Amino acid sequence: MVKDCALVSISTGEKAYTLMELSEKIKQVEAACIYHHFCTRHIRPSFDHPEFHNDFAAWVHQELRDKILAERLNFIVPQDFADMESVREALLTRIQERIFEDEHLGWIKAGHPFYFVKSQLVIFDTGLRLEWPNEIADVLENLSPGSIFYHFIDARRRHPEGLDDFRDWIRKFPPEFHPLADLIAKVDPFFLSLYEMRDFLIRHIRSFCSRMQARRKVYGERSKAS
Amino acid sequence: MENGRKLLERYARVVGSQVIAQLRELGARLEGAKVLHVNSTAYGGGVAEILHCMIPLMQAVGVQASWEVIQGPPEFFEVTKAFHHALQGHRVDLTEEDLKLYLDVNQKEAQRLEDKLKEADFVIIHDPQPAYLIKYISPRRGHWVWRCHIDLSRPFYPVWRFLEKAVVKYEASIFSMPEFSQPLPHPQFIVPPSIDPFSDKNRELTAEEVFKVYHEFGLDPSKPLVLQVSRFDPFKDPIGVIKAAEMAQRYIPFQLVLAGGGAADDPEGERVYQEVVRVAKGKKDIVVLKLPPTAHLTINALQRAADIVLQKSLREGFGLTVTEAMWKGKPVIGGATGGIKLQVVDHHTGFLVHTPEGAALRIRYLLFYEDKRREIGYKAREFVRQNFLITRHVRDYLSLMLSVCMGAPDRLELETVESCVWPSSTRAAPLL
Repeated sequence: MVKDCALVSISTGEKAYTLMELSEKIKQVEAACIYHHFCTRHIRPSFDHPEFHNDFAAWVHQELRDKILAERLNFIVPQDFADMESVREALLTRIQERIFEDEHLGWIKAGHPFYFVKSQLVIFDTGLRLEWPNEIADVLENLSPGSIFYHFIDARRRHPEGLDDFRDWIRKFPPEFHPLADLIAKVDPFFLSLYEMRDFLIRHIRSFCSRMQARRKVYGERSKAS
Repeated sequence: MENGRKLLERYARVVGSQVIAQLRELGARLEGAKVLHVNSTAYGGGVAEILHCMIPLMQAVGVQASWEVIQGPPEFFEVTKAFHHALQGHRVDLTEEDLKLYLDVNQKEAQRLEDKLKEADFVIIHDPQPAYLIKYISPRRGHWVWRCHIDLSRPFYPVWRFLEKAVVKYEASIFSMPEFSQPLPHPQFIVPPSIDPFSDKNRELTAEEVFKVYHEFGLDPSKPLVLQVSRFDPFKDPIGVIKAAEMAQRYIPFQLVLAGGGAADDPEGERVYQEVVRVAKGKKDIVVLKLPPTAHLTINALQRAADIVLQKSLREGFGLTVTEAMWKGKPVIGGATGGIKLQVVDHHTGFLVHTPEGAALRIRYLLFYEDKRREIGYKAREFVRQNFLITRHVRDYLSLMLSVCMGAPDRLELETVESCVWPSSTRAAPLL
């Protein structure tokens, strides 16, 4: 079942002007807020290859001008954590460590505050159904960015092992398809835009499928000859 | 009158079938729900423009959308205009009589619209003018949402405090950007405004229609055209734009057109217009145009004729003129403020600037590199297609209506939304 999704942003009305305030608010806000600032940049109005991969790192860099903390926060990859609570803890730890290193930093006032926003994901059924993994490439060509986000990025948060929906689905097929899952695993959503992810997948899945087809043809001819 | 199916097909050709499929799916979950929008003007202004195209789209996906306009004497609108200024951070002096007039008109309009307001499943009140209607409707059956189109980031506190007492009664509010929101005891949805690709301001024009503006305003078709469309308002920095043009014209020839809306009812606007005319007087290739509020096609043609569009605001709400220019494939040089920052991304859709010098340099750059201009213009149009067209706006409204019914969950799986009820649906919800 192929799904699509849209993002609804909800302001919490909370904002932080200093690192100390940011730290305090991070403790209080809902997990959906941490999710929004870490995971949804792909489907918000933005352009490819931003320097910073989450809003906290970008704000610390742009507003507080602390490159050290910005780099540290930028390296937090939500997929490496079990859930958003763990991401929250990682975030708090790095901020607190930096404040201990340079106490003055905790009180620098930003020109523009950090606005805490949370996300609501509206999930649609596209009506598209896939039966075999070799159909993925054709379907991907017409998928919206929302679908790619849902099945590739959001899925990693939903799956107990952090898999995307395609890999999870391919695992249910005979082992000859499993290398396809390994191929899909190479897609790193951290550095790619949704369209780039889509193009990468189409290219590699098509090449995998044509290789598989060629192998089948060879085996078919051999078994016929024998 | 075009039927709903045809209307959706027309939009699908611009935004893609997936976007329309989303609208249909959301509409199916809200089929028959009565949605009433209330604002204070039927024509003129961004809110009316949005509602003119939003209502038919909502109806096309199965929602019973309607629109009412509150009425009041001119003094009421003087007071609400002062509200508007105050909410944007200007100090205004409102008397007890002013507030009484505001409340009286809201009470009277609540009585006039009582049946419709009580019958609606969702009531969306736009801006401060009708915000106090909620006080006079009791019991309320539907879900009431307040839509604020104004930059509320730094309001003049006494006026905001007065308005806040009504706003807290709503179940949710909607702001254009997180920066514009205020701490409130209910969900605050972030929904940026949008443009309609089929309105007179944005529809495709023929080459003849575009070319006509050169003749009409005595412009030189052989010279590049740089344009700023905005009210004559100090926050739009028209004098700064002239300075920037003069600096850039020392290096590269082009003509600057400053086109603004009529300022007959706005004494400050008239003063700024006169000042701009004075500064531009005698300057070659700087043209100041005062256009009537209905000159949508002229503005459309000017934007399409332009090579670069400026919006060098010092303070801005969202900046729909930026969206309009981007939709026409123009690179925009914008002041780094408000919603312009959300739309203009350096080197992608245009350039953000802080000074006339910054603007002058970017004008020179974009006029020098024609390929870059085209590339940025193309990206700008696609950026608007993805993010700032009316279909996205309608999708956000439908989503938030479902969300309000469901108690704003983190995830809204539409397959599970059968449990969603609104007052006039078959399963009656309790009175609020």
